[in-house]
This record gives sequence, C-alpha cells and structure tokens, in this order.
Amino acid sequence: MKSAMLRYLPLFLLAALWEAVSRSGIVSADTLPPFTQVLNSWFDLMKGGDLWENAASSLYRGGMGLLLAIVVGGTLGVLMAWWRPVNAAMSPIVEIFYPLPKSALIPVTVLWLGFGDGSKILLIFLGCMLPVTLGAFNGARGSEQVLVWSARSMGASRLRTLWDVVLPSALPEMLNGIRTALALSFVLLVSSELIVARSGLGYLIGFLGAGGSYDAMFAVVLTVAFLGFVADRVYQAVVNRVLQWRE
Amino acid sequence: MSGTAQIVIDRVSHLYRPPRGRAVLALEDVSLEVREREFIAVLGPSGCGKSTLLYLVGGFLPSENGTIRVDGKLVTGPGPDRGIVFQHFALFPWKTVRANVLYGLEKLRLPREERESRAQKFIDMVGLRGFEDSYPSQLSGGMKQRTAIARTLAIDPAILLMDEPFGALDAQTRSLMQSELLDIWRRSPKTVIFVTHDVQEAVYLAGRVVVMSARPGRVKAIVDTNFDRSVPHLFKSGPFIEKVDEVWALVREEALKAQERPQP
Repeated sequence: MKSAMLRYLPLFLLAALWEAVSRSGIVSADTLPPFTQVLNSWFDLMKGGDLWENAASSLYRGGMGLLLAIVVGGTLGVLMAWWRPVNAAMSPIVEIFYPLPKSALIPVTVLWLGFGDGSKILLIFLGCMLPVTLGAFNGARGSEQVLVWSARSMGASRLRTLWDVVLPSALPEMLNGIRTALALSFVLLVSSELIVARSGLGYLIGFLGAGGSYDAMFAVVLTVAFLGFVADRVYQAVVNRVLQWRE
Repeated sequence: MSGTAQIVIDRVSHLYRPPRGRAVLALEDVSLEVREREFIAVLGPSGCGKSTLLYLVGGFLPSENGTIRVDGKLVTGPGPDRGIVFQHFALFPWKTVRANVLYGLEKLRLPREERESRAQKFIDMVGLRGFEDSYPSQLSGGMKQRTAIARTLAIDPAILLMDEPFGALDAQTRSLMQSELLDIWRRSPKTVIFVTHDVQEAVYLAGRVVVMSARPGRVKAIVDTNFDRSVPHLFKSGPFIEKVDEVWALVREEALKAQERPQP
C-alpha cells in the first residue's frame, strides 16, 4: 500500500501543480478549472446520474465491439495461419486496411447504422479486429510442428489440433494484439461519440464543453482516462494469470 | 525373422521439399523389418534421414515411394499405436505435468477415474511425484523428458518411436535416463525404434543397430548388439568396447562422406 502511494506520488504532485497554476491566475479558470473544482463537478455528475448513464452506454459499446473483434479477429488469424487459401484470400485485405486510420470510418459506420449503438460497435469492431488478427496469425504460425505431431500421435484429429495446439500456441501473441485493441477501442469510442452520438462519455465531453461547463467537462475527461487505466491494469492481471505457464 | 515382423518398411524413399530451394532426396530405398518387442537403434551421421525414417513410421510424413506396414496395415497417418518421444520433449507448455500425461488418456475416452490413476501411475514410474502441478517451464531437461516419456507410455502404444530423446540432456542425466529406459522396457517390453547419433548409446540400448549411410539415407549395415545388460560396468567390458568400435568404424565412414559433400 505504501509503495503504491509512493509510486503514484507524481500524480498527486501533478494535481497539486494543476491546482496552483489555476488558482494563481497564470491561466484563466475557463482554460483550466482548478482541480478541486473539477472534483466537485465529478461528484455532482455522479449524484445526478449523468456520468453513470453515459459511462454505461460507452462501456456497452466498447465491450461489444471489442468482444466481436476478439472472436472474429482471433478466428480469422488462426485460420489464416492454418489454411493457405484463407491466407491468400484475406492477407491482401488485411494489408490494405491495417494502416487505414480507423477514425476515417466514423462517417461510414454512421451512414450505415445511424447515430445509435450499432455504428459505434461496428466501428470498434472494425478498428480493433486487425491487431487481434495479426497477433493470432503470427502466434499460430509460430506453433511448433512437433506439438501438433504429438497431439496427432495421441489420437487427436487434424481439426482437433487447431483447438488443442494451434490456439494455445497463438495465445501469447494474440493477447498482445488484444491489449493494443483495448487501447484503440477507447480512442475510437470517445472520438466517435464526440462526433456523432446522443449518449456516451465522448458525447458528454462534447456537450459539456459546448455548454461552457468546463469543470464538468474536465471531470469526464479524467473519468475516461481513469477507465482506460483500470481497463489496462485489469487486462494485464488477467493475462498474467492466463499465461502463468510461461517462465 | 520372417513372419514375426511387426513393422515392415519396404523400399521407402522420401523427398524433402523445403519451402524454398530445391527438393532433396532424404531417404532412398530403405527396407527394414522390426520384430515385435524388439529394441532397435537407428544410427547415422546428421542429415542422413534417420529422423525422417521415424516420422514416416509415425505417419507424420508421406513416403514418396514404397510402403510401411505396421501389424500388416499400411501406415497412412499418425495413431496411438505408435507413441513418439521427441528430442526437444514437445510437451504442451500450457499444461501441467499431470495435464500433459492426461492428454492422450482423454483422447482414448477412458473413464475419469481410470485416467487419473493411470496418469499418476506413470508419473510415479518416471519419478515425478510431487511435480504433477508444475509447468514444463519449471522443470529441468531431464524432468521434461521424463514427463514426455510418461505421457507417451501412458497411452500404452505397442510401438515406441524415440527421436534422439536424450540428445538434449547433459551427460549424467543422459546415462541415468538410458538405464531407466532399459528398466522400463524390461518391465513392459514394447517395440522400440530409437534414433540417435551416439554410438555407445545405440550399442548399449538396442538389440540391433541399423547404421545408415550419408544422404540420401540408405541402410548401410545392421549389427547385432545383444549383451547381457544386467552385467555391471558393461561399458568397460571387452566385447562391448569391441562392438562399439565396430559400429563406430561404420558410422565414421559415412560421417566423413557427409562432410566432404557441400551442404545444400
């Protein structure tokens, strides 16, 4: 506990500096509302329920999009590594779409699915799929021939080795890909909600900013940052558990 | 040995096709018969295709020409009648020792209790009691290979294929594992094909040693190496040393040939 406090000490110092700069009048309170005021707004937003509601709808979109990306992207990556025709068909598509800034798809998904949850989920799915696919592909391609042979000699069918050997071999790299996807999902979520949405944390940031409630706006921004941090920490803990067989 | 041969390798050739570059003839016209419960060692310079021969019997690779029959049936793919132990253990790293040994037993669809007791029996046999819940990454090389041996023996294959199984172990562990393997083999005799490049190991373990030529691999000679292995210090006995010398001379010729040839 004490070491955790020490570890995050720079954050407290940053908050103190923020407070000092804002209170001293070096920058105007509109540009940077004092930290304590932001905290107050945060409690108000919590009490009013706005933050909860919008956070819930953001997390739903992010979670669904990411889940789809993991299932579809992981399956695609493993199949590409395992079966040549799938690779031949998919790898040019993957190569073209990988460098595309996925935020460019925001208007496209809105055009297809409107302002609601659907367009955000589709965007996050499309944007987060490729890192998972590439991780699964590289991991599966690196799976050892002798492990497949071992499984086969003990009675596993060829198809069965896909589940028993190739997938677990691909897991470490695939989990790395998912971590990238997780970070990306926050970027896409907030930016798409900022641009076109009627709910969500991104929407709330835009709404409060446009209405001049800067302290509340900062409160939401901090909330997003905190959620991203917690998500990554939880994910890392889960990964460490899943991969405990490694040295 | 007519009539009693369990494994019949009949004029088998294999062409190795690397992903890039031209194909290499790895095995040419290899014929060999192995009797039931015989311990046979396959010896040869590196690159002579001795592991390839083992993979063909295992059904992992297709043969270009010729046939391989096990108990009269043509080999077309891998099966639990032929267990294999690899040089680098090939344990599932994400499974514990127990789960590794259980894997093949699950495939046999044995009832749960029998699976558990059989796994424990073989874990005990290779001296890994207390390490059931360890992952391979937490084990030494010798312990990993013991696990791999237990995993293969647990499914009770009639034939045991061993691909330089002690090649990655240090000298002490290797000699311990050799006598343990002989012990296990004496208690439950199986047909064993043991691939190695260690002459002494081959002569010590096997009843017959097959010496292969440099690439393309052919059967150069088959040497009988029957000793009473319960004799203490067999390694130091005259007949044993002579036999090692005899086999070593055959292998040496081929190793020199292999060196003269440029590697592809």
